[in-house]
Amino acid sequence: MIRRDLVIIGAGPAGMAAAVRAADLRLSVSILDEQLRAGGQIYRDVDRAAALRGDILGKDYAHGATLTAGLRRDAIDHLPGAVVWAIEEGFRISYSQDGQGAQIAASHVLLATGALERPMPLPGWTLPGVMTAGAGQILLKQSGVLARNAALVGSGPLLYLIAAQMIRAGTPPAAMVETQGRGDIISAMRHLGGALRGWPYLLKGMMMLAEITRARVPRFTGAQGVAIEGDTKAEAVTFTSAGRSRRIVCDTVFLHHGVVPNTQAARSLGVGHSWSRAQKCFVPAVDEWGQSDIPGVFIAGDGAGIGGAKAAEHAGGLAALKIAEELGRLDPSGCMEQATPLRAALTRERAPRAFLDTAYPPCAEALAPGDSTIVCRCEEITAGDIRRYASLGCLGPNQAKAFGRAGMGPCQGRFCGLTVSALLADANGRTPDETGHFRIRPPLKPVTLGELAAMDAVAQDEAT
Amino acid sequence: MKTASPFLEIGADAGPCVDVTFEGAPLRLTEGANLAAALLAAGVEVFRHTKTTGAPRAAFCMMGACFDCLVEIDGVVRQACMVEASQGLRINRPHEAEAHDDPA
Repeated sequence: MIRRDLVIIGAGPAGMAAAVRAADLRLSVSILDEQLRAGGQIYRDVDRAAALRGDILGKDYAHGATLTAGLRRDAIDHLPGAVVWAIEEGFRISYSQDGQGAQIAASHVLLATGALERPMPLPGWTLPGVMTAGAGQILLKQSGVLARNAALVGSGPLLYLIAAQMIRAGTPPAAMVETQGRGDIISAMRHLGGALRGWPYLLKGMMMLAEITRARVPRFTGAQGVAIEGDTKAEAVTFTSAGRSRRIVCDTVFLHHGVVPNTQAARSLGVGHSWSRAQKCFVPAVDEWGQSDIPGVFIAGDGAGIGGAKAAEHAGGLAALKIAEELGRLDPSGCMEQATPLRAALTRERAPRAFLDTAYPPCAEALAPGDSTIVCRCEEITAGDIRRYASLGCLGPNQAKAFGRAGMGPCQGRFCGLTVSALLADANGRTPDETGHFRIRPPLKPVTLGELAAMDAVAQDEAT
Repeated sequence: MKTASPFLEIGADAGPCVDVTFEGAPLRLTEGANLAAALLAAGVEVFRHTKTTGAPRAAFCMMGACFDCLVEIDGVVRQACMVEASQGLRINRPHEAEAHDDPA
């Protein structure tokens, strides 16, 4: 089995920056990534797409190419299309690549697994034609595929970015159905100082809004009672805004109300997580270097708490420095010296976060969906089912598995975990921390017997 | 089928194409394209039906997390968003083998 100083899971901004920094410090590094090309979701397929669609996607996207370029050196072993399905103490990482199982050993592991869209269970959200806004962006970035007639539903800056990109591409959205209200912006004003320190983001936001206004895309704010209509596919979005009922006819609905850390790998290792009131999600316990409560396990980027792509880049660098220090490749003073500019940059990046989180809170109706709304997409369990489990004495999500199958389908709770915990916490009058989250066990992703058999053959070859 | 798609593929004429089938119907897709994206652009609206209620589903997250885009490719159930289009793929809705007349 190959052994590295550092194995990084995920080739987004945090993972790529960490790989480059670690290689600079002469660590042996492998970076395993599910995708066939580096970039993560934020810079998805940037090496191909920036040249084809850079004018639509913008400069911030093109920046990703500077990171992917850093991976192309002999000192970094980049394994594309490598789906990690188990990480064991020690550390032994099992993954599948090209239909073959394989293992790699590491003294340190950096989880750079990024974010997932915050689940947005609304009536009709499982219909074909309903996708996450992130999916809409991925379609455009990687494939140049645009929705001809889409409604953008939810809240947050990503909705403005995707609207602006769709306008530039000549397919403006049919409407923006925004769930944040006037009160949210007023509450956010107490964080205005931070927003002003992060003024480039504020400016970009205002320019995107101006682009949306110029293109005459209808915007409805404070939307309530949002539902997606359709029999076998999405046909319309209905809601009320400013006291009027609305119905927007569309073929595609892009949902978004923020992103949350993808904690599957960290949870499978037993890293402690706690509820973040500010971000309304569970975040792993990490220190200022990204070191978790398990020695040798580091987490950087959105997977450690949402901070965005640039923050992830700096956090990846910081984690690599500390790992190099622990391995004796960097003395403590050198580590601190190199960390100082990264820390300053990270603080700058995080400055507007509180303003954004308050101005664009998650959609309240999707945090506490109506009884008939499906919350577990895989097993088609409704919010009412979960509340019923609570009324029968169910206290936590793992116990809920004995009542129904929520979280037991192929997505393994990625798109229902937060909702199930929130519904149980609310019904039982307990906190999210008391309620907890699904226990995550390997395999983190499905693995075929063929892939396992291929791995076994390799192991036997090595043994003989 | 292509004209009926709610999705538009920009620069679709560039690059070589491959021939695949979806539920037996022939489709031309851009070689190496993300399969889920290419199926959407080709007008495929329903990727599968759920085992529990038979409800229709299609690609949702496009990043390998939600498993809603599951299709059966040459007999193996896979996430369409994690596969690239290549020549000759025989793509079917999973677990519906008994529902259509696939000679295989």
